Amino acid sequence: MTDVFIIVLGLVMIVFAILALYLKDLVASVIAAGVLSLFASILYLIMQAPDVAMTEAAIGAGLLTMIFLLAIKKTKQIEDPND
Amino acid sequence: MIKKIFSLIIIAGLLTVFIPIILNFSFQTDLPDVAKSYVEKGSKDLGAMNIVTAIIVTFRGLDTLGEVAVLFIAATGIAVLFRKNAINDKRPKQISKRDSSEILLTGIRLLAPVILIFGIYIFLNGHLSPGGGFQGGAVIATVVLLLFLSDSSYKINHKIFGFIESFSGVSYVIIGFLGLVLMGADNFLDNRILPLGEFGTILSAGAIPIIYTLVGLKVGTELASVLDNMKGDIE
Repeated sequence: MTDVFIIVLGLVMIVFAILALYLKDLVASVIAAGVLSLFASILYLIMQAPDVAMTEAAIGAGLLTMIFLLAIKKTKQIEDPND
Repeated sequence: MIKKIFSLIIIAGLLTVFIPIILNFSFQTDLPDVAKSYVEKGSKDLGAMNIVTAIIVTFRGLDTLGEVAVLFIAATGIAVLFRKNAINDKRPKQISKRDSSEILLTGIRLLAPVILIFGIYIFLNGHLSPGGGFQGGAVIATVVLLLFLSDSSYKINHKIFGFIESFSGVSYVIIGFLGLVLMGADNFLDNRILPLGEFGTILSAGAIPIIYTLVGLKVGTELASVLDNMKGDIE
């Protein structure tokens, strides 16, 4: 039962990783990466590594997503002549 | 064409390296020698119930100090880069503030104190339950993130944050050197400078709770200032 769950989680993670690569919208892509981290933290928890799961959930799904979003907000497609 | 042949050669090379590894893969059933001695000595000698913490803070204490230093350098770099922009930026700031929705505001007001206490719990209980300084610090930083989300003009107090950060960093190194002074030459970052106490209670495992509290405060304030610097004074 646990094995099946782990395999399903792994497949879902692969799907979100591919989504993060191929989505055209950058914000959607970052969100997909965040969801990937969330599933990874569940996987760590099932695999008896609660320490790593906590770090992954707080940093991977929380802070990193936000930092990427802020970076996207600060950058532009075209170079700004004033900078 | 040449490019394709070249990449095919690289793929073939990788396959010849990795296929034997995959075929001969077997799960380890017993621990290697170093890990075995850590597991056997960890709880007995150091008095820490959580073996992971015992390894991270004492046996591999120097690595942890290095990690904290790396994080500090990264946070400093971000501060330097983004501060410079903020000072030079003479352009008028567009202000298009829109208040956060009522649901978000109320939810964050309810959740923020609880998450903050959870973060403190994680690093205070680092030697008893899973988690520790880094995890607790990251959780505390997410509280600051939630506050930023709820109020776009929210400012953290840089003086207090900077003080907490430098104070905990310096104290961490001082505790490390106390091990050298009190315990002898090869005991940098030894947790036995304080009495080990009763196994499994919160005031046990010598200096581990103190070290992890300092690490937690440092990581929390550092990640919070990274977020603050990246956010800047944007619209």
